[in-house]
Amino acid sequence: MSTLNVRVWRGTEAGAYQEFEVPRLESQTVLDVVTYIQRTLDPSLAYRFACRVGMCGSCAMTVNGRSRWTCRTHVDKVADGARLEIAPLRNLPVVRDLVTDMAPFFDKWARARGRFRGAATRKEDFARVSPSSTQRRHADAGIECIGCAVCYSGCDVVSWNPDYLGPAALNRAWTLVNDVRDVENRERIRAVAGDAGCHACHTHMTCTERCPKQISPTAAISGLKRAAALAALRGDLDRD
Amino acid sequence: MNNDWRARNHPAYWAFVVHRASGVLLTLFLPLHFWALGQALTGEEKLESFLRWSDQPLVKIAEVALVLLLAAHMTGGLRLLALEFLAWRDWHKSLLSVAAGIALAAGLLFLLNLY
Amino acid sequence: MSAERGNVRIQVLLWTAQRATAALLAVCVLVHLVTIIYAVRNGLSAAEILGRTRGSAGWAAFYGLFVVAVAVHAPIGLRNILGESLRWRGAGVDAVMAALALALVAGGLRAVYAVVT
Repeated sequence: MSTLNVRVWRGTEAGAYQEFEVPRLESQTVLDVVTYIQRTLDPSLAYRFACRVGMCGSCAMTVNGRSRWTCRTHVDKVADGARLEIAPLRNLPVVRDLVTDMAPFFDKWARARGRFRGAATRKEDFARVSPSSTQRRHADAGIECIGCAVCYSGCDVVSWNPDYLGPAALNRAWTLVNDVRDVENRERIRAVAGDAGCHACHTHMTCTERCPKQISPTAAISGLKRAAALAALRGDLDRD
Repeated sequence: MNNDWRARNHPAYWAFVVHRASGVLLTLFLPLHFWALGQALTGEEKLESFLRWSDQPLVKIAEVALVLLLAAHMTGGLRLLALEFLAWRDWHKSLLSVAAGIALAAGLLFLLNLY
Repeated sequence: MSAERGNVRIQVLLWTAQRATAALLAVCVLVHLVTIIYAVRNGLSAAEILGRTRGSAGWAAFYGLFVVAVAVHAPIGLRNILGESLRWRGAGVDAVMAALALALVAGGLRAVYAVVT
């Protein structure tokens, strides 16, 4: 029976890797490995998971340097020989071991006005939105985001600029900018523009590379850049 | 905790590095360029003597490098303008190879014309 | 953060100016590269360069525009780099970048003047 040599991050930001030997099994996922360690070798290991079938995004971690969903990552695909290195997501405070504090991620989501604001009431008719319209296609390209923070974890601009809203928040804002029912887009564009917003993106495209839902936050952010430039030239950014 | 090279090792990231590095190096070069051309203020002779000084092989190599940097920064920049201003398309991924190819061609042309 | 918010419009205009000058510079650089590659054939001499540029309103206009566009484009890019690599942000770096822009205009237009007169 072959074994995997697994290094797992223990502690907070100040911490160290701890090594474990884990039996290697067929079709094993990285989440299986982490679960084995916690149940059999060291119960004090802290980690998150929920659905374990690639729907919730809770199990996102950094595996051999790349952020990904561990339940959807087969060991055979990523093991460097028989070695694995498992760490928490980057760019987020570490609560303990493999668990990060997601609050900053969702705070930025809110700062980007990543929530819908409509003006219709139950007395009005349904909004008629054609699925093939350009705006709806742009929105549809990004609405499958489940907020797993894999993109945020991989983004170097987030590392270099603590105020940067990040790919997920900006992607969500773009889906709402393209929602014809939303009435807050003037404020939303002001919220996502500038050095802490879409203009800080340098198209490294790590977010697009790593998104498990194949969303391209880079495309969304490019859209926001165009929208913000238009808004600036129209005078919509003049007053806060 | 920050990302290391394993997270960054993909084409669009290297395109960013080339673009940023070339931009910085070109900006550092500009004052020298302006000074050299400014030598012509007092007449042809000073510019001519600078150009003769630049005839040595090491300087020529540096000039090839500069042409490559300039071409790379331009083609990389055009790629960025396409990514940011044109509606997203899948062929955008191959923009990178096109940009790199044109930049290398420019450098090669310069080198060939030097001799 | 509130200081950031207040300057969003200026930040967006800086970005727009950098992209606009980028488009203009793409043309300028293309012309410049073609000129360079043509000029270095059979060796480069001051007489050859100046013979082309002296008294030429066309070259004066072209290089003058080139200089101004670079003076806008480069400092804005450098501002991002300084903020991200050295964490140098705020009024200080903005002032230094503005000074750099002026220095590039001054040095560049002096060089243009030197070769067209």
